[in-house]
Amino acid sequence: MAWDPTQTTLVNLRDAIAGSQITSVQIVQQYLDRVERYNPKLNAFTQIFADQALQRAQRVDAGDHAGPLAGIPIAIKDNMCTPYGRTTCSSRILEDFSAPYTATAVEKLEAAGAIVLGKTNLDEFAMGSSTEHSAFGTTRNPWSTDRVPGGSSGGSAVAVAADLAPGALGSDTGGSIRQPAALCGVVGLKPTYGRVSRYGLVAFASSLDQIGPFAHTVGDAALLLEVLCGPDPLDSTSVDAPGGPFHANLDQPVDGLRLGLSNQYLSDANHPSVAGAIDEAVEVFRGLGAQIVEVDLPHTEYGIATYYIVATAEASSNLARYDGVRYGRRADDAEDMIDLYCRSRSQGFGDEVKRRIMLGTYVLSSGYYDAYYLRALKVRRLIKQDFDGAFEKCDAILCPTSTGPAFKIGEKTSDPLAMYLNDIYTATANLAGIPGISIPAGHTKPLNGDPKLPVSIQLLGPLFDEARLLRIARMYEAATNHHLARPELAEAD
Amino acid sequence: MPEKLSEEQVRHVAKLCRLTVSDAEVEHFREQLEAILEYIDKLSALDVDGVEPMAHALDVTNALRPDEPSVGMAVADVLANAPKKSPPFFQVPKVLGEGRNA
Repeated sequence: MAWDPTQTTLVNLRDAIAGSQITSVQIVQQYLDRVERYNPKLNAFTQIFADQALQRAQRVDAGDHAGPLAGIPIAIKDNMCTPYGRTTCSSRILEDFSAPYTATAVEKLEAAGAIVLGKTNLDEFAMGSSTEHSAFGTTRNPWSTDRVPGGSSGGSAVAVAADLAPGALGSDTGGSIRQPAALCGVVGLKPTYGRVSRYGLVAFASSLDQIGPFAHTVGDAALLLEVLCGPDPLDSTSVDAPGGPFHANLDQPVDGLRLGLSNQYLSDANHPSVAGAIDEAVEVFRGLGAQIVEVDLPHTEYGIATYYIVATAEASSNLARYDGVRYGRRADDAEDMIDLYCRSRSQGFGDEVKRRIMLGTYVLSSGYYDAYYLRALKVRRLIKQDFDGAFEKCDAILCPTSTGPAFKIGEKTSDPLAMYLNDIYTATANLAGIPGISIPAGHTKPLNGDPKLPVSIQLLGPLFDEARLLRIARMYEAATNHHLARPELAEAD
Repeated sequence: MPEKLSEEQVRHVAKLCRLTVSDAEVEHFREQLEAILEYIDKLSALDVDGVEPMAHALDVTNALRPDEPSVGMAVADVLANAPKKSPPFFQVPKVLGEGRNA
C-alpha cells in the first residue's frame, strides 16, 4: 500500500493529502483500524475519538481546513486539556473530569489542521518512568510486550512506535518524552523551557514541565515543533524566542560541528548497548566532519537528587488543588472539611503520587527547607553553570538517553529509588531548561533469549537552539537510517 | 548520614498534605521515603556557599499585562465538574462540624 503507516512519515502523509493523492478520511481510517487491532494489547490509548476524527477528516477533504498539518491524525497525552472526552492524567481523582477549556498546544495543532485521534496513557500525573503507575493499566512496549515503554509519556511513545498515530504530544518534566522515545525507538523532543505554552497542561512541576512531540523522524518532530512553539498570553512563562524555522532548513548540515562528550555520562553501570551506541554515533559524526571535544559536567551525579527535591516540592504544591470540592473525585461520608480533603485525596491518588507529595512536603517543611529545598536550588545553579561552560566549547552534547533498554514490567515497581535513577541522563536538561532530543540508534543484540530492543542517543543543546539541534540530529538520522526500523506487532490474545 | 525517619514524622507529613495513611502504609512509606532521603542527602557533600539559588530556568521575572477586564469563565462551566453544588456555589460539608477534626 502506497501510504502504509509503517513505511511513511507524517510529512509524507501531509504532502499526500495536500496533493490529493489520498484523503484524510482514508488516512484516519487506516490508523483507526490499527488502533482497533493493536491497542487492546498495547494499551497506548485510553480514549479514542473515532467518530469525531472521521468527521473532521471529511471537513479537511471538503477543503474546509488548510494548514501545515491538515488532515493528520495526532495522539495527545492525557494530561493536556481537551474540550471533548476526559482529561484524566491516568488518575482516579480525575477519572470523570471534562476540561472546560483547551490546552494551547492542542489548540495550535487543531488550528494547523491536525485531528486528535485520541488520548494516551501515562504514569499518574506524569510521575514515573515506566507508565506502570497508571490507574488504567500498564502500557506495553511494542518491541516486546512484557517490557515497559518507559514513561511517563509511554502511551504517546507507543502510539507512534506501533504506528497507531504518525505523531503524538507528550510532556517532559525529567525525561518523560525522551526516555520513552528511547525505549520505544522513536524520536522524542523536549523543547527549551518556555518554547511551548503549558496552558492547559495539568501541572506537575511548573519550573520543569515542557510539552513536546514524538514522531518517527527528526523532520516530523521539527514540523510539529514549528506548529507548537510561540508565546501565549495565557502562560506567562512562555517566551517569544527566535530560532525557527525548524523544518525548512533541516537538511542543511552544520558546518564545523563541535560535539561535546562527557565522561560523566559514560558509567560502567550502563547496559553495554549504551556505550556501543555512543561509540557508533561518534564514528558517524566524525565521518560527517564533526570535531569531538571533551566537556566537563561535574555535577551530573547530583542531578537526580536535585531533580527529586525540586520536582516533588513543586508537585506537592501543585497537587494541593485536588480537594474534592471544585472538581475531581470526592469521597462520601466525610465528617467535615478536613476529613473530606483527606478521604478524597487518599482514595483518588495512587501510591507513587502520594509518595511524591509526601516527599515534596517533607523537603519544604519547617526545619528541612534549607537542608533540602534551598540547597537543591543552589545545586540546580551549579548544574546550569556546567552546561553553560560546556556550550562554550561545543554546539551540542552527545550522550545516552537512558542507562539501558526497556526493562521488564514489574522489575522496578517495588523500588522507587531504582525507578528514579532512570532519569539520570535526562533530568539535568529540565533543571537547566535546555532542549534535548532522543533519536533511534539501532537495537540491542538479541542474546540469551532476550528480545531485540531499541537503543537511542540523546543530543542536548543550548537554550532556544532547537533549530541547530534538529539539524545535528538530522545529520545522524540521514547517515544511519536507524529510524526506519519497526516492531513486529502481535494482536491481542 | 541524615537522621532516621520516624513513623511519627511520616504521620505528620501525611497530615500536612491531607493524606490519610493506614498503619501498614506508614511503615511502607517510611521505609521507601527513608531510602530516598538517604540518597538525596548526597547533596550535603557539596559546597554551595555563595551560590545563588535557581528557582527558574530562564532569566525572566514578572510577566505583566495591561490591567484590562476580560471575560471570565461562565459560572455554569466553573461548576460543571463540581461533585456537589448548589448553584452558584460549591457545596461542602460543615467546616466547623462535630467531626473528629472539629
